Order: sequence, then C-alpha cells, then structure tokens
Amino acid sequence: MPESIQLTLTVNGRERTVLAHPLARLLDVIREQLELAGTKEGCGEGECGACAVLLDGRVVNSCLVPASQAQGADLVTVEGLARPGALSPVQAAFLEHNAAQCGFCTPGMLVSATDLLNRCPNPRDGEVRAGLAGNLCRCTGYVKIVDAVLSAAAAVEAGQ
Amino acid sequence: MIGASSIRKEGRAKVLGTACYTADKVVPDALHGVTVRSQVPRGTLTGIVYGPGIPWEEMVIVTAADIPGTNRVASVVDDQPFLVGIGEEITHAEQPVLLLAHPDRNLVEKARRAVRLEVAERPAVLDLQSALDLTQVIYGRDNLLKEIHISKGDPGPVWAQAASVIEATYRTGAQEHMYLEPNAMVASVTRDGEALQVTVWGSLQCPYYVHSALGQLFGQPGENVRVVAMEMGGGFGGKEDYPSLNAGHAALLAYKSGRPVKLVYDREEDLACTTKRHPSRTRIRCGFDAQGLLLALEVDFVLDGGAYATLSPVVLSRGAIHSAGVYRCPHVRIHARAVATNTPPPGAFRGFGAPQSLFALERHMDVCAGKLGLDPVELRRRNFLVLGDTTATGQVIREEPDLGGIMDRALAEIGYSGKRRAFAETNRSEDPVKRGVGFSVFLHGCGFTGSGETHMASVAGVEGLEDGTVSVLAAATEMGQGKNTVFAQIVAGALELPEEMVGVAEADTRFVPNSGPTVASRSTMVVGRILEDAAAGFRLALIQQGFLATPYTASDFSAAVRAARARLGSIKCYGQYRPDPDVVWDDRTYQGDAYPGFSWACYAAEVAVDTVTYEVEVVDFVAVQEVGRVVNPVMAAGQIEGGVAQGIGWGLWEEVVTRQGRMVNNQMTNYIIPTAVDLPPIRTFFLELGGPGGPGGAKGLGELPMDGPAPALINALQGALGDLRLDEIPMTPDRLLNRCEEATHA
Repeated sequence: MPESIQLTLTVNGRERTVLAHPLARLLDVIREQLELAGTKEGCGEGECGACAVLLDGRVVNSCLVPASQAQGADLVTVEGLARPGALSPVQAAFLEHNAAQCGFCTPGMLVSATDLLNRCPNPRDGEVRAGLAGNLCRCTGYVKIVDAVLSAAAAVEAGQ
Repeated sequence: MIGASSIRKEGRAKVLGTACYTADKVVPDALHGVTVRSQVPRGTLTGIVYGPGIPWEEMVIVTAADIPGTNRVASVVDDQPFLVGIGEEITHAEQPVLLLAHPDRNLVEKARRAVRLEVAERPAVLDLQSALDLTQVIYGRDNLLKEIHISKGDPGPVWAQAASVIEATYRTGAQEHMYLEPNAMVASVTRDGEALQVTVWGSLQCPYYVHSALGQLFGQPGENVRVVAMEMGGGFGGKEDYPSLNAGHAALLAYKSGRPVKLVYDREEDLACTTKRHPSRTRIRCGFDAQGLLLALEVDFVLDGGAYATLSPVVLSRGAIHSAGVYRCPHVRIHARAVATNTPPPGAFRGFGAPQSLFALERHMDVCAGKLGLDPVELRRRNFLVLGDTTATGQVIREEPDLGGIMDRALAEIGYSGKRRAFAETNRSEDPVKRGVGFSVFLHGCGFTGSGETHMASVAGVEGLEDGTVSVLAAATEMGQGKNTVFAQIVAGALELPEEMVGVAEADTRFVPNSGPTVASRSTMVVGRILEDAAAGFRLALIQQGFLATPYTASDFSAAVRAARARLGSIKCYGQYRPDPDVVWDDRTYQGDAYPGFSWACYAAEVAVDTVTYEVEVVDFVAVQEVGRVVNPVMAAGQIEGGVAQGIGWGLWEEVVTRQGRMVNNQMTNYIIPTAVDLPPIRTFFLELGGPGGPGGAKGLGELPMDGPAPALINALQGALGDLRLDEIPMTPDRLLNRCEEATHA
C-alpha cells in the first residue's frame, strides 16, 4: 500500500489537491487536510449525520465514504453554503428561529436541509421531518429546526 | 432586554460552521491520547503486559505511578482514582488504568489494544438489588454511598385509619445524555522549575470543577492551573462531573510527554465509559381518606450510584425532596439511599434525580385514581399544594402555584376530556391501534438544593472594554442553552444599552471569576441576578466618578467607558450571591427551604399504540409551565422542546443494555434517541405568573422539561390499554408486549 494518495477535487467551488492516507475517511480529509473543521464527527458510523456533506450534489455521511471515492468529485461542506457576504436562506432561517442550540448537529443539518429544499422546494412538515430523519439533534426536539426549514422554503419562494 | 427573543450571540458562527469545538482546535505537534481500561468489573490489578508488535519506546505511557499530586478526582467525596495502580482495586469494567499517547492516531489505537492487564478477579455487584442484599460488600460497610431521611408528621398511626392504602414499586432505567459532541480535551503542561503551568481546553460545563481537580492531581496552587471551556456540543449534565477525569488524563499525558495532547473519545468509548442517568427503584405507599385526600405518604427511593460516589449524594438529595411532588400531605416519611455497584458511575443528568422520583409519584397518582374510582384530574385537584402549605421538608409555599390553573390549561390544549370519552369508544373497536391521553403535574426546585448557593458564594462581573463596549465575566458555559444571549440581555437591560454593546467573555479561569457550575437550572436565575447587581454597580461607579451623567445614550456610555479606561486602566465591577435571609435550610435534619423557588408544570400527551407491533406513537404533546418571567421566549421554548424530546426518549425508547456491568449497545445504531420523524410538534406554553426569583422574576427552566414526559406518556398508555403493570421505563415495545401478555394470563 502506498504511504499516501493524491486527491484532487472541487471543494466549495475551488479546486484543491491534497495528500491523504490511502484508507482515510472523507471526513478526516475534510477536517485535517482540507482544514474545514465545520463538518463534525458525532458517531463515526453514519447514524447521526453531523458529518453530512454534498458529494456531487448528493448528501453523504462523510464518515462512511473512503476519501479515495472523492477523487475528481464536487464537494460542498457547511463552509460552502453561504453566498459571498450573506448567509444562505437555510442558514439565515436557522439563526432567526434558534434552530441551532449547541450547534454540533447544525452543519450536517444545514447540508441535509439545503439538499431537501433543492429536491423539494415546498415541503410540508412531514416531508421536512422525513428529509432530516438521518440527522440527529439532542437539543431542540426538532421543533425550531422544522420551523426554520419551512420558513427558508417560504423565503426562497418569495424570492428573498 | 428581558422578554425579547434576541438572536443567539454565537449563532452566526454556528450556522457558518466556524464555531470552534475542542476537537476542532488546531494544536501543532499534538499527540493523540487513548485510555486503557480495566475490562473486568472487580478485582485487584496485578500486572500490565505490553504486547508484541508495538514500538513501545515511541509511546508516551502514563500509569498511576506517574501522578505528581493526589490520585483522586476532586468531587463531593474524593473516592475515585484517576488511574488504578498495580496492587490497587478495580471497581468497574471501564476503569482507566493506563494512558498512551503518540503522534500517529492509528498506531496509538493499535497499542491500546495490545496492552493486557493481569487482574485477580473477584465477584462483582452489578445491580441495585444485589447491592442492597449485600451479596458482596464493595463500599464502606453497607454498600451505601449516601442515605437521607426526610420526615414530616408521623405516618405510623395513619395507615390503620386511612380509607385506602395503595402501594406500588416503580423502576427507571439508565439514560445516556447523547450530547452530539463526544467528550474531548486538549492539554498542555509546561514547567518553570518546580512549578507547573497546567492548561486544559475542553468540552466541559464547569471550568472551576476541572480547575480544582487539576490542582489536586498535580499538587499545584490554583494560579498554576488554567481551564478554558471551548464551544460545547451539548452537555445535559454529562459534562458536569466527568470532565474532571478526562481533563486530568489529557494533562497527565501532556505532563509526561512535554507536548500538547488531544484526548478525543469516539462515540463507542463515550457511551461505554461516561456517566448516565442513575437507574432507580421507588416504592410508594399512599393513604387516603374517604374523599380522596392524601393523609400519609411513604417513599423508599433507591438509586444505583455505580462504583464511586461522584455526584450521587446530591442527585439523591434532589430526587428525595422531589419525591413528594406537588401534593399537600400532613404525614410524610422519605427514605433515600444511593447504593454502590461495580458499574461505571452515573452522574449528573438534566433533572438530577427528580425525573426518577417524579415518574414514580405521577404514575402512582394515576394508579391510585383508578383504585379510588376517581378521575386522575379530580384526585390531583383535591390534593394540590396551595399558598401557605408546607412541603415534606417543611418549606412554606410563598407564592400561589395555581396548579389547578396550569393543569386545566394543559388539559384544554390537548383536548383531554373529549378525547378520553372518544377513545373509550373507539378503543373498543377491532382497530389494532388503541389511543390514550395522559398527563403529569410536577415541580422543579430552581438552583442548588439547600444551602448550596450560600456555600458556593458565586461571583460574576462586567468589564468595560477599550472599544467602549461591555463584557460579561462569568464561568458559566454555553452548551446550547443560550447563556451567552440571556446574560447579554440581562446586562444590557440593567445598563440600558442596546444588546450589541454587550459581549460575553470566554469561560477561561484566567479571566473570569467563579460564578459556580453551569448546572441545576441556576445560570439565569442565580448568576443572572448577580450580573444585574454587578451591572448596577458598574453604572453607578461610572456616574459617581463623573464619567457618566444620566440620562445617557449608548454613545455617551461608550465614551464614558473609554474615558474611565484611559484614566484607570482596567474597569471591572463584580457582584456576589446574596443569600435570601428568608431561605433557611438545615442539612442535618433535611428541614427547611430546600430551594429558593420552584417552577411548576403540567405536561399532557396523546399516544397511539399499535397492538400488533407494540410500537407507541406520540401523537401530540403539550407542555404548560410557570417559570416566572421568561427572559428569551424563543430560546426558553427551545429548552422545553429539547427537554421534552429527551424525556420522551427516556420514557419509551432509550435503554442502556449491560452485560457484566458494561454497556453493550454503546453505539448510536442500537441506543435509540428520537429522530425528527419520531416526535410530534411539541407545543409549549409559558404562563409567567411567578413573583420574585432571578432577573425580572425569572426562575429556572432547563431541567423542568425532563420531569414530566415519562409519567404523562405512561399514564396515556394506561388510557389506551387499560389496567396493565405499567411501572417501569423505558416502556419499549418488548416490555409493553410482556406487560400485555402478563395481563392476559392473569
């Protein structure tokens, strides 16, 4: 096995090349080599969703993805959600609704919510809950998170 | 301002992903630490074998022999070692024995697995009943970590006179906090001759607890120890007492190696080794007269405290005091014991003993109502505490709690009467889904129990900064509950400034005073009150020394702060906790004012049970509470909603499965916490009737929501399924099926 492999991928819109352990998890490469600590490790087994990122437009738990699979891929992490100078609609709604309490599930929750609204721009309460069922939160009871996602959908619809 | 739903101070960093949690801290040249654990529940450590295939000479190895100070974790009782030494006793299966560190995270993990411990094993005590039966004596002479008696009147003669005497036993299981961020510490230890400088950055609720633990571990004075609370990914009590232990471990590795060390638990280690909610068993006996008035109450309350005392004595105390609930009763006997077992010690968890004893009582009230032929609403209404009544400890209720009003509001919101009638009808049909509504009425004592606050004598302050803004100085930590925002609101209100002019200093023991631990629903009520005083003093000092004249604008105030700093250098003003002379408590007799105030609530739940799968769906949940003035309504609701979710999990799904005293379902895959699809919209209402208390009349609210959900849900299950032995939580589908079969066969 080689000491390390070279990975080239698009990270939050910018091409990056890093060296990584051949068996490294995508999560470790994101946090260590790419120095994007916003993505969190809550369980290391794909249950909690704190490490969720968008890989080629699809939500994945980066703790379950071998980094080698991200070769040439388009990666979006929580750091890539905001527009220049402005929070994304989902981020703004999370802030407004107190949907982030301890904030540790928040990066993954925002990524999943962003993906949900991309696929389903006008979700109902039950669709939001189903869309976020892979992201565990222990602080909020999900009430404010669901409120925030519904409000972000409305804001996007209203063209804000 | 108090009463505004201000936006979370650190919220922007949290949604941008830039908030820095302990594991995110960039530490050049850091070693990765791991912990080698005992693996057997009881025995004597006789040897340590370093297995083959590991470059041991590269490893930093710390054993008990390396400890420079005292090998005991500073706590209520200093009985727990940081590490077990050769020849010493192992008392639970996850006990730290050896610490390893290396720059290569993978190699140090491999090394951990290569260590073999030689242990002369002895029979272990693994559950509460075996501890009471003294199958082995493992702690003191009687396996008791703490025993408490509370007495009012004399129930003895009442039992014979009572129209009905109803007795039952209730059990609750352990619960995992499951903060999303596993425990993590970063440590650095530098030497200056004999003196050490020990610094720890960590995920911790109580910087000064860790500070005193490190001082004792290294035998260093307080000024040589610094503890910094990083952004924290949830706590719930799980980072109240435990961090003294893992902070010590990280610091020992840094001390031995001379390099900074990161000690980050993975989820499996965190679940297996760190604290849980105490398992409990409560036997209750109630005597009623012919009208259903409560004449006598006897409670035997037992907690499984695990291998060391940790916080069990104080958890037991709160549980015992809350065991009499919200009812007037002239004759009460409460006997409470925390027993030792050879299991990892439980510790603080939101509610702190009260959820256990209140589950038993609020469940028992429904059982009693059934036996007395009364509606549970009516039985409670006849017995509620009112203004002027005394509690089991003889505390006079000085504010009208209006429990009837709180209960009526919750029942109206959930549609209790109509649903009870409707479900009685529909549950008779062939439909396998049976429905029920249930509720609980309860209280939670705000702040420390008894004279805790007086002993603590907390200090907090405000400082004027160079840019003319103000900073809050307190050791209270932010774990998501909103302390940064609420403190800024309180201080901004007291100084009549816009909130953006008030910041909150990092909880770093080098810069902030000891405002006490971030626990016991005390931050807003107790520390907030001290901050109000400090802010008032700060303002007065600026005025008296001629820097500020009233009335003033925000920019006048800024100019005054800048001018004062220019003249005086640093400008700070501190406040200190002032004991209320009307609050009197006797630790020896357990008589007096157990708490400076109580929050009151009624929670109501609607459930649907599938009698094919025995799955329980929570259809609706209503939480009505009186917590005094609500400082930040949106954040307060967030606290209640999260607490209710945790309470629902504890009541229905969350089960810690153990084998030989070790948790075996120590993964998120098989320890089930609620997801977004498992929960209904939780409907929260604040009545804000309360009088005095904290800033603007605020009382504690963080723990209250943990107390009510479990009994409300189980009472609702009784409504759905009729009379079953519903005396234990979590009421998982397996357990519920067993109870239904038991009822069928009876």
